[in-house]
Amino acid sequence: MSRKLLLEHAQVPGIETFEVYRKHGGYASVEKALKKMSPDEVVEEVKKSGLRGRGGAGFPTGMKWSFLAKPEGVERHLVCNADESEPGTFKDRYLMEKLPHLLIEGMITSSYALGARRSYIYIRGEFMYVLRIVEKAIQEAYANGMLGKNIMGSGYDLDLAISPGGGAYICGEETALLESLEGKRGNPRMKPPFPAVKGLWGNPTVVNNVESIAAVVPIVNHGGEAYAQIGIERSTGTKLISASGNLVRPGVYEIELGLSVEEFIYGDDYCRGIANGKQLKACIPGGSSVPILPQHLVCNTAAGEKRLMTYESLSDGGFATGSMLGSGGFIVFDEDQCIVKNTWNFARFYAHESCGQCSPCREGTGWMEKVLYRLEHGQGTMEDISLLEEINKKIEGNTICPLGDAAAWPVAAAIRHFREEFEWHVTHPQEAQSKNYGLIQPRVEV
Amino acid sequence: MKEHAAQPHNEAPVQFSPESMAEIARVIGLYPEGKQKSAILRVLHIAQTELGWVSVGAMNRVAEILAIEPIEVYEVATFYTMFHLDPVGKFVLEVCRTGPCQLVGADDIISYIEEKLKIKVGQTSADGLFTLKTVECLGACGYGPMLMCKYNFYEQLTKEKVDELLEALPATLSA
Ligand SMILES: Cc1cc2nc3c(=O)[nH]c(=O)nc-3n(C[C@H](O)[C@H](O)[C@H](O)COP(=O)(O)O)c2cc1C
Ligand code: SF4
Ligand code: FES
Repeated sequence: MSRKLLLEHAQVPGIETFEVYRKHGGYASVEKALKKMSPDEVVEEVKKSGLRGRGGAGFPTGMKWSFLAKPEGVERHLVCNADESEPGTFKDRYLMEKLPHLLIEGMITSSYALGARRSYIYIRGEFMYVLRIVEKAIQEAYANGMLGKNIMGSGYDLDLAISPGGGAYICGEETALLESLEGKRGNPRMKPPFPAVKGLWGNPTVVNNVESIAAVVPIVNHGGEAYAQIGIERSTGTKLISASGNLVRPGVYEIELGLSVEEFIYGDDYCRGIANGKQLKACIPGGSSVPILPQHLVCNTAAGEKRLMTYESLSDGGFATGSMLGSGGFIVFDEDQCIVKNTWNFARFYAHESCGQCSPCREGTGWMEKVLYRLEHGQGTMEDISLLEEINKKIEGNTICPLGDAAAWPVAAAIRHFREEFEWHVTHPQEAQSKNYGLIQPRVEV
Repeated sequence: MKEHAAQPHNEAPVQFSPESMAEIARVIGLYPEGKQKSAILRVLHIAQTELGWVSVGAMNRVAEILAIEPIEVYEVATFYTMFHLDPVGKFVLEVCRTGPCQLVGADDIISYIEEKLKIKVGQTSADGLFTLKTVECLGACGYGPMLMCKYNFYEQLTKEKVDELLEALPATLSA
């Protein structure tokens, strides 16, 4: 069983209230940071912890913080990204619903480190009931002197509020999020300038994922070095994994980075294997934007090593035979699932969610969706498969924000590993409507 | 991307209830002075909660309250998919159709609701009670199939649970 640094008290009755949370050691990091540490010392601990952003890209949090511009007399902000709309990801919702004060505590300690006096949590609009839970907790924190003026007598002031989206995946991209928080359409901004220089209302801003901010709490409490001792290589600490698809026990798990993928899928403490006694066909380990892995590359790497739940091991083999840890949205497919249908489904998602600003993304995602629809519905040709690969190349690297790439990569990966299944849809259009292709055989590279 | 052409019949002036107005004043106060436009999404949610949908009249009122141009509200309301810009049924069932939910039977749930209410996705039942929509991932992927109605999540849906829900929801109207 993994150590729990974030969800340790998630099941304690009443833990969503200030009183119970405080009794279980809550707000200790605020006390320690504000009374005994300088802001730079907090940043230093986060650097030592090796914490990498939990929102998807895995950028070192301490380093990101040190890039924040600090011009005299200009306000700075910390904005928490609680947009959580990458398909397969539902961990932040769980954390906020169960432990709203953990997020608030992390926001206070982190805002102090960054010198921010006005911080926001941007939450997707569909999580309105979670917004209400967090907003109530914020009001409690104000009432107990943890927010507002002169927090715990330290002289540090902070205002914190939560702000909803309105239904748009793109608002998870940090500059689209800032546009949305300013009350505009969620169109990503051209970078540079980066938010660290010009963010919310033109002020220097750090945007971090819910889980990254929550992780600052145990890092400050136990010290960055202690945190860095958990995990392997540059994958330190614990990670929340959202497990979905055809599993006996889907859900949110806090794991120590370095757990084997096999243990995570089949272990008694985790997902307990594939539902209904079926076999594993494929897995998307890090949310819909990362490459899919076929059965033989899920639990082992192409080199035959055990695959681990770490940034490094999941990407071992690059895009040819690896994937990414991403947001930790771990989606599992059983033998009865159709890869063509699923690829079409996700392509439809990206076409629907493209903000439409850049033509390669707007046109390319729509085009891929149409071609995949044809293939899935028995109207495709062999040329369609190569057409998909061409569209992919036109999108990749030619867009303002990474949504274009996020739409292109999964299609490329699906064709790379499941080409036979795509071809079978072309050669057996009738059959493909009524039955599934089943498991693929590992391809022998020559 | 959402496409929408405003309907002329949507323009009737709208006033919000005192409760909504109080809540709107509170949420505007969460942003610095002069940055009241940031409250726009929250205000649109409040408007839709009260009215069931967001008419052009409602958007005009929001513009007035936030002291911004009506076009700024139209731009925003048409971008975000949660806002209903046309009249809808009393209960909008928004069923997730994305990958993880689809793996565990979302398609069956969608067809079942279609059959039961005798409507297709996008339509409203003859009694005006239910509108069926499909939406993209709602962040509940491990508990699919799922749907959202009035900001509540209904998860691990089965046909039986859909039956119960379609009875329970209208009952809340008389309560
Ligand atoms: C299309 C798109 C969607 C994204 N969605 C999210 C999201 O829902 N939540 C999130 O934390 N980060 C999301 N990100 C990543 C953010 O842009 C940003 O990198 C992240 O919030 C930084 O936080 P971290 O360093 O703590 O991970 C998304 C990025 C892209 C390109
Ligand atoms: S890549 Fe797509 S989502 Fe991103 S800015 Fe361009 S059109 Fe918008
Ligand atoms: S896929 Fe349905 S909630 Fe995420």
